[in-house]
Amino acid sequence: MSQLLVLIIGVILIVALFWWFFGKHTEAAGDATVNDQNQEATIVVKGGYSPSTVVLKKGVPAKVHFDMKDSTACLSHVVFDKLGVNADLTKQPVTTVDIPTDKATEYNFACGMDMFHGKVIVK
Amino acid sequence: MKHLTSIQRFWISFVLVIPMLIQMLTMPFHWMMPGYTWIALVTTTLIMLVAAVPYWTSAWAAFKHHNANMNTLVAIGTGIAYFYSLFAMITGRAVYFESAAFIAVFILLGDTMEERMHNNASNALKKLLDLQVKSASVLRDGKFVAVPLDQVEVGDIIQVKPGEKVPVDGVITTGKTTIDESMITGESMPVTKKTGDSVVGSTINGDGAIQFRATKVGKDTMLSQIVEMVKKAQTSHAPIQNLTDKISKVFVPTVLSIAIITFVIWYSFLGATAVQAMLFAVAVIVIACPCALGLATPTALMVGTGRAAKMGVLIKDGQALETIDDVKTVVFDKTGTVTVGKPRVTDLVGDKSLVLQTAASLESSSEHPLAKAVMEHAAASGITPEPVGDFRAIEGKGVQATIDGQPAFVGNEKLLADYLIEPAMKQQLTALQDAAKTVILVGRAKRVIGLIAIQDAPKPTSAQAIAELKARGLQTVMLTGDNDRVAQAIAKEVGIDRVIANVLPNEKADHVKALQQEGKVAFVGDGINDAPALTTADVGIAMGSGTDIAIESGSIVLVQNDLRGVVRAIDISKKTFNRIKLNLFWALIYNLIGVPIAAGLFVGFGLQLSPEFAALAMAFSSVSVVTSSLLLNKAKIGGTEPTSAIEQAA
Repeated sequence: MSQLLVLIIGVILIVALFWWFFGKHTEAAGDATVNDQNQEATIVVKGGYSPSTVVLKKGVPAKVHFDMKDSTACLSHVVFDKLGVNADLTKQPVTTVDIPTDKATEYNFACGMDMFHGKVIVK
Repeated sequence: MKHLTSIQRFWISFVLVIPMLIQMLTMPFHWMMPGYTWIALVTTTLIMLVAAVPYWTSAWAAFKHHNANMNTLVAIGTGIAYFYSLFAMITGRAVYFESAAFIAVFILLGDTMEERMHNNASNALKKLLDLQVKSASVLRDGKFVAVPLDQVEVGDIIQVKPGEKVPVDGVITTGKTTIDESMITGESMPVTKKTGDSVVGSTINGDGAIQFRATKVGKDTMLSQIVEMVKKAQTSHAPIQNLTDKISKVFVPTVLSIAIITFVIWYSFLGATAVQAMLFAVAVIVIACPCALGLATPTALMVGTGRAAKMGVLIKDGQALETIDDVKTVVFDKTGTVTVGKPRVTDLVGDKSLVLQTAASLESSSEHPLAKAVMEHAAASGITPEPVGDFRAIEGKGVQATIDGQPAFVGNEKLLADYLIEPAMKQQLTALQDAAKTVILVGRAKRVIGLIAIQDAPKPTSAQAIAELKARGLQTVMLTGDNDRVAQAIAKEVGIDRVIANVLPNEKADHVKALQQEGKVAFVGDGINDAPALTTADVGIAMGSGTDIAIESGSIVLVQNDLRGVVRAIDISKKTFNRIKLNLFWALIYNLIGVPIAAGLFVGFGLQLSPEFAALAMAFSSVSVVTSSLLLNKAKIGGTEPTSAIEQAA
């Protein structure tokens, strides 16, 4: 009896797992706070990037702050491959990355092991 | 608790785990530590707080974002072992505190070691930046004063004493010296410099005192640009990573499913107890290692591009590195690439002063390198050009104009179709071309009145570089606008297989395209006119002495003006790419073998993994990948001179 129960629970768990991780889940993009001279956005780093997508305005100098709230090695670095940035987030609580906004484009970023992803959209 | 570094966390946990380690080692002797269960409860709870809680919180935050990663696996593994043991203790069953504790400690050890080695891997960049001096001795109000580097401006006159470092890029205004440029170019021989020569920041002045005018400061200096390029290369993606990206997306949920299946099969079908089934499931969760897969490419790329930079080879991205592995043909531009690029007049045929006078008058406004050689020779012979009228360029042939109302021309042998030449002079023309000299025909009216032979000698290292490339099974081709005979002579001298001569500047890219039919092509060039070919080729290799446009167009830049750099570029790229493939192979195999063993597939053969050992194995998988990448620093590279200063400092 308990064997059958475990089998059923196991199947349900696997289905739930796949729905949770691979199902369609929307996540809101974060906007930057803009004033005349510059714009800033903050990304909280805790078990991932939230928000994982940040939208910036073209032509306004931009800074993206990474607020490190995670103390595992996984997320210790953030890498912007197109910008040549490989920043160690563990050195200070908040690490700032300057984003060029001269043209409309997307900059992908990821953790040092390329497991977590996010992007900065300039438009 | 938040501010502990992972190394501190590791040591605290390590001390706490000692009692359980003693119990484990004395177990075979049937010695039971008095009150062991209580000791285990207290120490394990503390270890969980110090070592495991960060993983739990991170995994939970990730879970809420529909994400799962290595932390998820660690959190579930330690969580199940710990909370089950609590439950078991209350209900009087056997406890597994040590599993939870050991998993946490081993994972932390792996993280710490990996972090440390990762820092080692990115060291090359820091060493490059450390080359910069802090201040410069700048002429201000008639006196040389020490000025911080960031306040040096373009146009400043800077003094460098013997043995000091050149602070920024510039041109020597007074003095003569030798300079050790090995930190930039990888070339160990000091270079002689005199007034008018350019100097590069961070190189070391030899025995002479010099003053120079700063031409590039701050972000524009060669060193800063190299650093910028290396930074981008180190963080760039190699196309092979797309595979790991795909795997990493499904990795953790798949592993969790396998763990559930493992539990169900052991419990429901094989009649194992719930505890046994749980231990197998936990082992599966803990041994699976997405990190090794994720680290395989970036760490090798970081070490490989860093090492290349030390040897004067700047690889712009992972794409170039991966493509060069498949290259079958290396195509060279001739002038300035295979040859020195400074042609000099070697022979004059005919009425020497008239020939030179005519040629100089027609070529005086041309920027062509051959024209420059003629002008230099004319100036040295004390000849001043005459004014010309009706100046006209004949595409691909030469130029014509009128001097004193008489038509005159200067150009290559394609002009022979339109003009007369004496047989004796024609013979001389052939003889000069066979000696690898470029011959310019000079004429007045309808007749060729003389010849000017110009030679551009191959660089002393070109032959060695070509030989090394051929030894690697690569086809070598030379593309040149020069005539066939001269090109053949140069090619023979350096050992190039195939020559495509008489190529117009705008045709270079087309020839590269044609060669691409036979396989991937690398193009090596330095001039503005090489830019299209550099872009068209699968891999464009720009000589650093070349124009900015060429450097912009190339995906690999050789800092040193030496073809052996091509050999180095190919070797280091191949080694790095092979290392990436090896890393990925091991990371995959590791999971493919480790997971089934942990799931208890081979229990029949007596092969079984406890969760603790699964954690140990997992911790060392990422460490071994990073170690393997670091070993790239020791790989043997061809075309190498003794190492650069950075490497000696390392």
